[in-house]
Amino acid sequence: MIELTTPISEEQIRGLKVGDEVGISGVVFTGRDAVHKYLHEGGALPEGVSFEGSVIYHCGPVVMKDEHGDWQVTAAGPTTSIREEPYQAGIMKKFGVCAVIGKGGMGPKTLAGCAENGSVYLHAIGGAAQVLAERILKVRNVYFLEEFGSPEAIWELEVDKFPAVVTMDSHGRSLHAEVAEASQAILAENL
Amino acid sequence: MEKLTESLIEIVRRTSAVIPDDVQRAILAALENEKEGTIAESAMKIIEQNIELAKKKSQPICQDTGSILFYVDCPVGFDQMAFADNARKAVTTATGKGFLRQNSVDSLTGKNDGTNVGTGAPTFHFHQHADNAVQVRLVLKGGGCENVGAQYSLPNTQLNANRDLDGCRKVILDAVQQAQGKGCGPGILGVCIGGDRATGYDFSKTQFLRDLDDRNDNAELDGLEQDILTTANKLGIGPMGFGGKTTLLGVKVTAANRLPASFFVSVSYMCWAFRRHGATLGSDGEIDEWLY
Repeated sequence: MIELTTPISEEQIRGLKVGDEVGISGVVFTGRDAVHKYLHEGGALPEGVSFEGSVIYHCGPVVMKDEHGDWQVTAAGPTTSIREEPYQAGIMKKFGVCAVIGKGGMGPKTLAGCAENGSVYLHAIGGAAQVLAERILKVRNVYFLEEFGSPEAIWELEVDKFPAVVTMDSHGRSLHAEVAEASQAILAENL
Repeated sequence: MEKLTESLIEIVRRTSAVIPDDVQRAILAALENEKEGTIAESAMKIIEQNIELAKKKSQPICQDTGSILFYVDCPVGFDQMAFADNARKAVTTATGKGFLRQNSVDSLTGKNDGTNVGTGAPTFHFHQHADNAVQVRLVLKGGGCENVGAQYSLPNTQLNANRDLDGCRKVILDAVQQAQGKGCGPGILGVCIGGDRATGYDFSKTQFLRDLDDRNDNAELDGLEQDILTTANKLGIGPMGFGGKTTLLGVKVTAANRLPASFFVSVSYMCWAFRRHGATLGSDGEIDEWLY
């Protein structure tokens, strides 16, 4: 496993290739449909928040308040990333995002964006909400909770060795495109 | 709180946190089958750990606790309205306890009131039967897998699929190919051949109530199920679409009558986090026996 700590440098990102297993430590921000649409339409990040060298996690967690009134993430697997395809490359570029964690992979626009910006797409294990929640040490902050609702808010999370796999790298390779092409050929032989 | 409400909260908790035995067996077999040292094997290991952890912590297996689908078999004279009221209360309470995510959004305003109750949420399917027992089954179906479901109208020129079983086979396999890893594979297919557009999807989902290791009573459909499973697992899509041996864990197919003018094949995809439980209730609404 390759360990990466935020903020992650472009050099580190360029060193990653499809198939590498990574563990992310530091800070990640959740952001999914509402956040991507908002930022794409020119919305500003909350005051004091910067995505420079940061990681966006496509995730709508279950978050509960404990007895001290502190937020605790109790379930936090990735959500399907392809819905952010129209927005992702532009947001990576505009805000200096170095990695996106999600599931299911993304399309050619994001792949080109990864190559251009020196960013990478990381695939977490879909449905593994408990294993992944255990890697979240702390909720640092939450933004847009009222406006977007809990699953769609930006949760600023401190993580330790959060596991994911590089499935789209900054050199133009996409595991998703490769598997889809190979499986299509096998399917054709079996029809 | 009424006993029935308590029982329904427990059914929700168990469905959200505990994978059914039949599904767990299939997942363990898939893990054994994946090649050592591959990312497919790593994915299956994390899935296995996740199943154990969710059960131990009594917390959601997956944070997307999904569409809440109740299937209730009940005797003549059963008060369905009272049951639905209790179930809505149970869903809201279970959401407050964190067994369910605040997961239901008003489609017009975009508001999420945090209760998981609203128009069409949760969903109820009542079926009268000639028995005094009340059986409640619950399926929690996440959005990722729901989004890769597909409905085909035969004939389909592009896929060279005609109005016969071979045509059905072609479109079902196309659905698997299109889904790749996006529905959180290895997945389980529920399929309905025939029906109208609404009943086709409805019937496809009731296939998820079957035990994963049962066999179809209809020989033709049984053959189709086995064929799709074997062929899909040759495609190399694998867990999460990472490449690998296990693309599907199971295939369940039913058929419904259709109009002469229509021939739909409706495919519902269930993720590996196949959340489905059920119980027979006693006369006071207590849980008598678990069904899975």
